Amino acid sequence: MAEDVAAVGAPAEVYRSYLKKGKLGFQRCRGCRSAIFYPRVLCPVCGSASFAWEESGGGGTVYATTAVYHRDREPHNVALVDLEEGFRMMSRIEGVPVEEVEVGMEVAFAVREEDGEPAAVFVPVAKTGEG
Amino acid sequence: MSLRAGAAIVGVAESDLGEVGPGFTPLDLIGQATSRALDDAGLEKVDVDGLFSASAYYHMPTLSVGEYLGIRPRYSDATNMGGSSFVSHLFHAASAINAGFCEVALIAYGSTQRSASGRLVSGSEALPYEAPYKPRYPVSAYALAASRHMHEYGTTREQLAEVAVAAREWAKLNPKAFMRDHLSVEDVIDSRMVSSPLSILDCCLVTDGGGAALVTSAERARYLAKAPAYLLGAGEAHWHRNISQMPDLTTSAAAESGPRAYEMARLGPEDMDVVMLYDAFTINTVLFLEDLGFCEKGEGGPFVSGDRISPGGELAVNTNGGGLSYNHPGMYGLLLLIEAVRQLRGECGECQVADTNLALVHGNGGVLSSQVTAILGSEETL
Repeated sequence: MAEDVAAVGAPAEVYRSYLKKGKLGFQRCRGCRSAIFYPRVLCPVCGSASFAWEESGGGGTVYATTAVYHRDREPHNVALVDLEEGFRMMSRIEGVPVEEVEVGMEVAFAVREEDGEPAAVFVPVAKTGEG
Repeated sequence: MSLRAGAAIVGVAESDLGEVGPGFTPLDLIGQATSRALDDAGLEKVDVDGLFSASAYYHMPTLSVGEYLGIRPRYSDATNMGGSSFVSHLFHAASAINAGFCEVALIAYGSTQRSASGRLVSGSEALPYEAPYKPRYPVSAYALAASRHMHEYGTTREQLAEVAVAAREWAKLNPKAFMRDHLSVEDVIDSRMVSSPLSILDCCLVTDGGGAALVTSAERARYLAKAPAYLLGAGEAHWHRNISQMPDLTTSAAAESGPRAYEMARLGPEDMDVVMLYDAFTINTVLFLEDLGFCEKGEGGPFVSGDRISPGGELAVNTNGGGLSYNHPGMYGLLLLIEAVRQLRGECGECQVADTNLALVHGNGGVLSSQVTAILGSEETL
């Protein structure tokens, strides 16, 4: 059941608490039904202040991708992922060499610890055969 | 009330550029550029009553600049939306002059990022929903846009490299350009990868430098030293701060700022003689040519290929060599304006485009975030 955004605390804290439980939280506007990310207290689409937290199913598609290179270590991926619920976030695609991450790749949410904080990352969805 | 041709740029100058050496401050460069711009216009410092600046160094830049120069403005605007700020300042200065709030506006900028650190100096706060993934700002944001443009439209690294090569061909003709050695498409492709698909030669320079521009009413402009560059149209737009919040990474807010400027000027892209686009990265030039109507969306790659934006090509783009090869002192917008004014005056030497009467200047700031378009015209266009 959707909770009222004001009742559950500061948007950034609620997002973090979802991640700490291994979940990807986002908000949905009760006015225009837009999926909202990053979390706020006002809908950037319609201006409504009435919206609720939901848990994402974690399925998404790579919208854009880059490999960031370093002089002294291996490159790392940075990607924008479009979630099935209709919001986009920056993240990292793991479990695949950085230059094999492609726009359009199907990915799934996972949690990693990043500098002592939980962070949302994504891993490629294994291609399975029919049936 | 229209701003069209109500105000004009009457004096422009760069500070020393490139690498000015240790000890000089951004304010020193602003002082140098201001002194030269006043001489260029035939104005005195006491004439200046409006002050416009943005900075990554000074938290309250018009206060610091006003104090250093000994200017006590009655109109002060420190709007900061990244590198486009100075094109915005021109728009805002013309508005203030039209409304009677000031008569002579100084727009000033300086940076010593090359001598000080060799890296982009940024006053940016960390962005909490992006920082954990360690993008390299700002290049990774532009790389993401490039990856999407390649996916949707088949744009290639070779086509992006053509932008850098064209900029270099212009820079070869400009004695003030920082990089003037020959550059090939292969050189760009083979250079060190920074944030794929952008390599180091897809990225703008890191140089010292500054500039100053003086703006006054069209009436007063006619009695000054040089031919005025009239502001015929201006428009600004911004849609996001984080690259992850940009609605469509292949279309920037230039698709709004451009039409706003064209409408005010009652002109279109086909009328422009010179086009100065903020080329922080090679993908910028492709996106802005599309968004500003010089070609269809998705056609930017083919449009920049085959020397079409090089000297002698179909469209004169970034005739000073751009941020890619001329100079890029952290925020570049003011240097775009300076080149456009000089083109209208016919002062550009080997880079001069014949019979230039209309110039489009397009500033970009943040991560494809703020977009500001201005159209400048000579006396003939009034």
